[in-house]
Amino acid sequence: MLKDSEWVRQPGDRYEIRLSGSGGQGLILAGIILAEAAGIYGGRFVAQTQSYGPEARGGVSRSDVIISDEEIDYPKAIKFDMLMAMNQKSCDQYFSDLKPNGILLVDSTFVSEVPLEGAVTIPFTQIAREEVGKEFVANIVSLGALTEFCPLLNGEVLEKAVLGRVPRGTEALNRTALRTGIEAAARFRKKMARRAVAPEDYKLEED
Amino acid sequence: MEAVTEKRGREILLQGNEAVAEGALAAGCRFFAGYPITPATEISEVLSVKLPELDGTFIQMEDEIASMGAIIGASLAGVKSMTATSGPGFSLMQENIGFACMAEVPCVVVNVMRGGPSTGLPTFPSQGDVMQARWGTHGDHPIVVLTPATVRGCFDITVMAFNFSEKYRTPVIVLIDEVVGHMREKILLPPTEEVRVFDRIQPTVPPEWYIPYEDNATGVPPMGIFGSGYRYHVTGLTHDVRGFPTQRPDEIDPFMRRLFRKIVQHFGDLQVGEAFLIEDAQIAVIAYGAVARSAKRAVKEARARGIRAGLFQLVTLWPFMRKAVEGIASQARVLIVPEMNLGQISREVKRVNEGKASVVTLNRVDGDLITPDEILEKIMEASR
Repeated sequence: MLKDSEWVRQPGDRYEIRLSGSGGQGLILAGIILAEAAGIYGGRFVAQTQSYGPEARGGVSRSDVIISDEEIDYPKAIKFDMLMAMNQKSCDQYFSDLKPNGILLVDSTFVSEVPLEGAVTIPFTQIAREEVGKEFVANIVSLGALTEFCPLLNGEVLEKAVLGRVPRGTEALNRTALRTGIEAAARFRKKMARRAVAPEDYKLEED
Repeated sequence: MEAVTEKRGREILLQGNEAVAEGALAAGCRFFAGYPITPATEISEVLSVKLPELDGTFIQMEDEIASMGAIIGASLAGVKSMTATSGPGFSLMQENIGFACMAEVPCVVVNVMRGGPSTGLPTFPSQGDVMQARWGTHGDHPIVVLTPATVRGCFDITVMAFNFSEKYRTPVIVLIDEVVGHMREKILLPPTEEVRVFDRIQPTVPPEWYIPYEDNATGVPPMGIFGSGYRYHVTGLTHDVRGFPTQRPDEIDPFMRRLFRKIVQHFGDLQVGEAFLIEDAQIAVIAYGAVARSAKRAVKEARARGIRAGLFQLVTLWPFMRKAVEGIASQARVLIVPEMNLGQISREVKRVNEGKASVVTLNRVDGDLITPDEILEKIMEASR
């Protein structure tokens, strides 16, 4: 094996996102929507690949999205700028390939042991079930949150991409899911910001 | 129809398999017969919607044997035809692929490779069918096999496959790995009118003068269309110039030699490859399909460290690009051949190399794509 010092770890010509979880959580559709948002509506080069088992539900499922300003060579993720883990198994399996400044987002409905400090922990599935009313839009809720933390995307392009890909008749539901996800991320961010201030400042803020 | 045209002018996010279907339509394919199988099903899905819109025919057959038979029949009747499958189905098609070689019927067979043997790994990539594509059907025969590495490549190479099949009256096989077949990329599809399309040469003599398998300079006899008045006999038996079975050595030999000659004398047209930083390469990677993309990244990283590495991507797998690889072998010190099998194209590289360079193989059969890291490691080893 090569020593770490021998590596020029990927030049900054690509932004890599991995969405992971179990089959049936809608990760491949989420990957397609992300790629469409960044590529068609965002004007960048994109490549989206996936890996899944033969079963329709269960098993590991992942979807990689590479975003670049140049033509993309290797189409799979190497070191992630963002990792979305929708269950514990995928979180455990992939978090070690996150870049040093990479962002880990987990669905805290299913991920109880978060391996990194500073991870974004939001109960996407619970939010989908309780706030949006349909558990199956958890993938769209999570995309909304991801957008909030991704410097290359914004809610506007993502909404266009979502509405262009979801089944006809579910547009309103998915729009709500997306916006709920964006709001959840904003709430989480606020909470974290509050936590980051020193106790004495915190006290002042309370006054 | 309006919407389709408008969409073609735009950039779209397309899957490799969807691009194959688009390429087929642009090349003039109007008949598809197939049986769904992962990871090739999307090709059928797209064509089942789009072919009827273009007055074409889509049939879901009872199996892959019948699918292959159906496209041969449709092609004889003058309609450009295609089928798509994966490993297990490709095995079933072999006998009729031989029939298409023998009767010289243009058709395109897409095989989106998955892990094998047998049902293997339906959703995982592999490049295990390279030799099967060459020699899967029995008997001595030439064949044309092409393989794309990008989504745009899926479109272009499907068009190329149809053009070759029409030009040389031969079945053409498009080998795709699951990574490329299922990958989505943003591409700009060219408008249909900008796609160069070749249609089979038809006889100009009156029907009663038509000799269906008569030799000429190109080795490709004009093809009479069934139902257009040109009547002739089509058989899988070795036949004379009129299409009737023969056992005469003086008819068998010229027929077999023409069958080969029509491919061999057009190597220049048929052999397509892409060179990347190969001119001064000391270490050359020879790769195809998705692996070529890993190799491209590895070559870039090697160059960033001052190593003279290069990539030659094979688009035409068969007939094997002997001349091109010979040239690289005489110039480079090391040839690295990464493949998602345990060594199929590397055998050809070794054969052509004839001991000039040292040939290093890199093989992976665990259902995952070879990474740039793995190739870079081999390049670094070779550079020491």
